[in-house]
Amino acid sequence: MLLKVRNRDDQRRQRTGHNSFHYAGFTLFLLAATFLTVSGQSGAQAPTTQNPPASVTPQNANPQTPNTVFSDSPRPRPGLNLVVLDPAHGGTDTGARGTGGIRESEIVLQFALQVRRALEAQGFQVIQTRMANENPSFDDRSAMANAQVGAVFVSLHVSSTGLPGTVRVYVNSDLPPTSGGREASGLIPWDRAQAPFLFLSHKLGDFVQGNLAVRFRGSPGSAQAAAIRQLRTTAAPAIAVEISSVSVNDRLDLDRMAPGVGDAIARGVTDFRPSYVVAGIPGGLP
Amino acid sequence: MNTRWVGMVLGGLFGAVIIAGLYFPILKQRVKQTAKIQPQSEEQARRELTQSLTANPTEARVNAKLFWASNAHDGSLAPVSVELPLSNEPALRAKQVLNTLLAGPADPELRTLPPDAVLLAFYLLPDGTGIADFSEAMASSIPSGIESEQRAVDSITRTLAASVPQITRLKILIHGQEVETLAGHLDLTGSFVVNPRGAQAANSAQPDLLTSSSIRLEPPLTPASTSRQTYAATREQPTNSR
Repeated sequence: MLLKVRNRDDQRRQRTGHNSFHYAGFTLFLLAATFLTVSGQSGAQAPTTQNPPASVTPQNANPQTPNTVFSDSPRPRPGLNLVVLDPAHGGTDTGARGTGGIRESEIVLQFALQVRRALEAQGFQVIQTRMANENPSFDDRSAMANAQVGAVFVSLHVSSTGLPGTVRVYVNSDLPPTSGGREASGLIPWDRAQAPFLFLSHKLGDFVQGNLAVRFRGSPGSAQAAAIRQLRTTAAPAIAVEISSVSVNDRLDLDRMAPGVGDAIARGVTDFRPSYVVAGIPGGLP
Repeated sequence: MNTRWVGMVLGGLFGAVIIAGLYFPILKQRVKQTAKIQPQSEEQARRELTQSLTANPTEARVNAKLFWASNAHDGSLAPVSVELPLSNEPALRAKQVLNTLLAGPADPELRTLPPDAVLLAFYLLPDGTGIADFSEAMASSIPSGIESEQRAVDSITRTLAASVPQITRLKILIHGQEVETLAGHLDLTGSFVVNPRGAQAANSAQPDLLTSSSIRLEPPLTPASTSRQTYAATREQPTNSR
């Protein structure tokens, strides 16, 4: 925004044709460009400091929620503590684009904010795979969830199709076992990390979809299966939530949905909480 | 000094207006000509398409089921019966039905694939794995989203399942390359189940057919898993990843 304003100023000055204004305008532009480059770099670095390293316990993972329910106990409570929230796309990848200039990568960040608030209100810790307009790889995003204990993964999307005002929850399609399921080493192959969690993912997906269907008419009653790249490498109960759609004329129509979507996801994850038992998962993380 | 400048600029502008005025009729004519050419070439393209389908007069005309979007606009697919002359050779037959699927239904709103996408090649491996190579438009023109991408792949696999029973699985390439996703969401690194029963039969009959190559068959699917659109990674798994 800042860039646009200053650029317009520059153009106006250049149009006057006066040499001194010319130089003044150019210098201003250079200053603006330098300022933006510097602030852009620091913006890109900021979120990485929030990405916790694998060894960090979930309590310290999120600096923005220092006083959570778990802060008084030294070890995390067994079971579901943490939600890894994934605003899809970002950076050069805009995702779905509407005719009105609505970009999936921007909308999902706004939705993430609302979902995060609702989840934190329910006592969950939340980690985001991205905080700004950047594009971590599919594997980077999965890695953030795979490094955590007792986490679920929720990927946020806005579609270019579907009845506007509806929300669909997706679970990864079945991944038939290769070489009898787990590798001889007992490790889960990265390429199909989702396989042992599919049952739990379906359960989580149905809970969230059930809550969404109450708030958004026309949404399906249960989660659907799709071959989603992001979910395949995620070693946790994982769902993708897709909101329809970027083709709405007014961006406000989507903004109005955000609190409802956040509330439904938070309730769905809360409903799922008792079903989440780490020890019961074949090939579950230690 | 100043008046001379203004004079020169005005003179230049006047000259430009005269040149533009002379050039305009020529430009208009050219636009008319290209407008005439375009529908012809489109028609030609369609004729070429149908010609390739009717190339062999001995091919029997059969009712093929093509899966386009349903009238309900709820994201589901509905089969449409189209009488087509289809070859008995599975790879050619697959090409014929996919080309018809790409050509689209009578109502363009019910398309599942982008209108500018082209099937570049179709291969059928001895184990029943079909490999469909689409042009880049398949990935770049499709509306990005889980729903739209899954529907596109579903329409391809279900259409193939209905007309070419020999195909057990389908691998989708974009311009000859394996790509990670179709348009940012749907996983194309693995292969999609087309005929689950055929996959079982092919598996038991020729279990070690392709173990030396990079493509390996999955074990038979359980009936429960085949009820959904099933996906399987066919990559070789690393044995010692960590």
